Amino acid sequence: MADLATQANANTAALSAQTDRAAVARRGAPTGLLTAAGLVALLVLLPLGFTVLQGVEFGWANAVELLVRPLVGELLLNTLMIVGAATLASAVIGLGAAWFVERTLLPGHRVWGVLVVVPLAIPAFISSFAWVSLSLSLQDFGGAVLVIVSAYYPLVYLPVAAALRGMDPALEESARTLGCGPLRCFFRVILPQLRPALLGGMLLVALGVLSEFGAFTLLRFRTFTTEIYAEYRTSFDSSGASLLACVLIVLCLACLAAELKVRGGARYDRLDRGTRRAATRYPLGWARWPVLGAFSALIVATLGVPLGMIVYWLTQHAVAAVTPADVSIELLISATSSSIGLGLAGAIFTTILALPLGFLLARYPGRLPNFLERTIFIAQGIPGIVIALAIVSLAIRAVQPLYQTASLLVIAYSIMFLPLAMVSVRAALLQAQPRLEDTARALGLNWLQVVWRVMLPLAGPGLGAAAAMVFIAIVTELTTTLLLAPIGTQTLATQVWVDTSTLAFAAAAPYAGLLVLISLASTWLLMSLFGKSAVLGSSQRQV
Amino acid sequence: MTELRVEGLGKTFGTHQVLQHVDLTVASGSLMAILGPSGSGKTTLLRLLCGFERADQGSIRIGGRTVSSASMHVPPEQREIGYVPQEGGLFPHLSVADNIAFGLSRRLRKIHYRVAELLELVGLPASYANRPPQELSGGQQQRVALARALAPAPALILLDEPFSALDAALRIETRQAVACALEAAGATAVLVTHDQAEALSMGHQVAVLWHGQVAQVASPAELYRLPATPELARFVGEAVTLRGVARQGQVKCALGLLQLAQGMPEGPVQVLLRPEQLRLTPLSDLNSATGAQGRVRDVTYYGHDASVTLELLEGESGHPLLLNARVPGHMSPRPGDLLAVSVEGEVIAFTDSSVELGQTRG
Repeated sequence: MADLATQANANTAALSAQTDRAAVARRGAPTGLLTAAGLVALLVLLPLGFTVLQGVEFGWANAVELLVRPLVGELLLNTLMIVGAATLASAVIGLGAAWFVERTLLPGHRVWGVLVVVPLAIPAFISSFAWVSLSLSLQDFGGAVLVIVSAYYPLVYLPVAAALRGMDPALEESARTLGCGPLRCFFRVILPQLRPALLGGMLLVALGVLSEFGAFTLLRFRTFTTEIYAEYRTSFDSSGASLLACVLIVLCLACLAAELKVRGGARYDRLDRGTRRAATRYPLGWARWPVLGAFSALIVATLGVPLGMIVYWLTQHAVAAVTPADVSIELLISATSSSIGLGLAGAIFTTILALPLGFLLARYPGRLPNFLERTIFIAQGIPGIVIALAIVSLAIRAVQPLYQTASLLVIAYSIMFLPLAMVSVRAALLQAQPRLEDTARALGLNWLQVVWRVMLPLAGPGLGAAAAMVFIAIVTELTTTLLLAPIGTQTLATQVWVDTSTLAFAAAAPYAGLLVLISLASTWLLMSLFGKSAVLGSSQRQV
Repeated sequence: MTELRVEGLGKTFGTHQVLQHVDLTVASGSLMAILGPSGSGKTTLLRLLCGFERADQGSIRIGGRTVSSASMHVPPEQREIGYVPQEGGLFPHLSVADNIAFGLSRRLRKIHYRVAELLELVGLPASYANRPPQELSGGQQQRVALARALAPAPALILLDEPFSALDAALRIETRQAVACALEAAGATAVLVTHDQAEALSMGHQVAVLWHGQVAQVASPAELYRLPATPELARFVGEAVTLRGVARQGQVKCALGLLQLAQGMPEGPVQVLLRPEQLRLTPLSDLNSATGAQGRVRDVTYYGHDASVTLELLEGESGHPLLLNARVPGHMSPRPGDLLAVSVEGEVIAFTDSSVELGQTRG
């Protein structure tokens, strides 16, 4: 889920990058580097291209016949409704929470500021496991909105809170002296400033909901993703699924386009250059009690219930579960080690794949590298299930030996999470500026010493952060793992899914607990090592 | 007619008393510069005037209307003030015209009421109206910020170090434009700054804030010529201090017998003069016998003028006395030159003698 957080940053980074680019002398990029970056971009585009191709092969008449069905209508309605409702609700909650945490004298605002972000480390299918195990009556639209919003609203909170922090307090003060009260000030000055962050966050939520698979399956809420999976599983014929996938891709691209259009060409670049004071916080007065109540309810729903239900089921014996299932220590260990192993392999491979284009963007900015970067970010809007499905079909048709291997799964992860890694890798490589390298050369270092003593110390932390983010994303990933894991390989995520599907909640609990533990621990490690900005996907980073 | 009157103003943050007993009166239509070193409380004073912070003691009256007192605090949006923050604080999402019209009613905003007129007032072409603020230079942004503050015709304009972020050349130009615009608008204004040149060149009156208290309020010329304390003297400009004995309007010191300004103390004093009052002339038969003599230790050359460090040969106590002089650039001497030193104009004196002698500071 965290991978979506990069999108907003890509947008903000693009603005600041323009000035960097002008500063760097224009030189021709080495052909080898260009080729490598081009190949990586092609790899990322492969699943998308393949899916579209398959959809086209279907033929117009067949496609119409398959798509104009009551089922597709229902799916479309379901999907659009849940996307709309979840995006709006996340926007309201994220914006509200950010404003109260950043701009008021809310008691304990620092603690709340951390607590409202933590749900990001808990994947949506874990929350839905928790809620479903609490009450099966949540398996409807309302339940789906509840679970999805509680998992996705931090994607709005994070960029909006960062934007609020970065806003020049002089703007608000000027507006006040020009006759605007606090409320009018919010609507005429603050909200317009927040627009890019808010819309960026909403886009992430919309894309996330469109791609969400695990949570909806467990909630028995039918959307395109669940139906694509069902179609694939029942018929093992991927062409019908591909057609549905094409519709899903169109929806995703429509979201991207809508965000671009709504945001428009308006300019929001900051005007001030110097250091800034912290903004004044408004006193809440008696209103702090209802606000505190709302924050508590939010935390109970987003953290209390998921963590509480995991703990509850851990204390229940398997017999007491709705459907008993075995939990063996061996299975637990093997699932954990395959989760971690796949995560590490994917993290390293993805970061390496991101290096050529990252280096190209940092050192030889120009049209071609920019174009390659854009293509990669378009691929980010493609749901994991579409990528997984395309890779399965491709493997069966073209590279049979890779089918059902861990290597193929790692490649699929890399395709999915390359955009996530790219933001950090690029920023990291920008830290190691050419003039530092030149200085080191002038001081008598050869290129190997330059890499070891200059480049690595400067870019190392950023590369580490990139790998860590990919690791977290892989460990909490479900869809692709489910489709591509070699037969007999179980990860924590797939175990939670399998057990919850059969209502074996107590059996699912240890896997869910371990999964959340690994996710929280690595997120915490990432935050404390690389700062909060690393977790926001270096949101609003000033290079 | 608007007038700002501040009485007994005090503000404490935690245990730190930032402002105490500040009394100020700014006459209608005039510009008061509030000058102080960083940490003197000048920004806090401005924020109290704006209403961003609430005063602990004292009162603020703008044009006869009390906006702050022990019992009341009018929020900034109801004070009818114009505020020009550091770096302008233009709204990045609005065009220049929309920025300027921001404080007007919805109807007047729509027709961009007085936008062209205000742009002209601050010395910007009317064609700038539709530009986004990002396309403006720092100085132009400041001018638009002033136009925005002036648009609702406020009773008082408050400027918070508005030129500190600009580079030297732009600063002087923008200062002049802002001063002219304020003059033309007939606005009562308060300008906060730590730059003495800015305070002296822009203010009709200058109030020096020192450790949270008003140390002196005077016209720029008076402040420079007759500062209230040696510390203030050194803060508003470079100063040369010497020990001396004052009697009947004259003072005897290492530089000879000098003319004192009116109302100076008698007896043992500290003599204070400005480096540009020192005249350095080549030794000749005329002055070698009578006046003081000094050897040039060091010269810092600036072009239009030069700062000369002199070692005075007739130190009273026997050890060398160093002092700084400012001479026009074309007359700058060379290190080692022996020169006659004389003083032009009146000097001032303080009875306090705690200050280290001979030192000069900017």
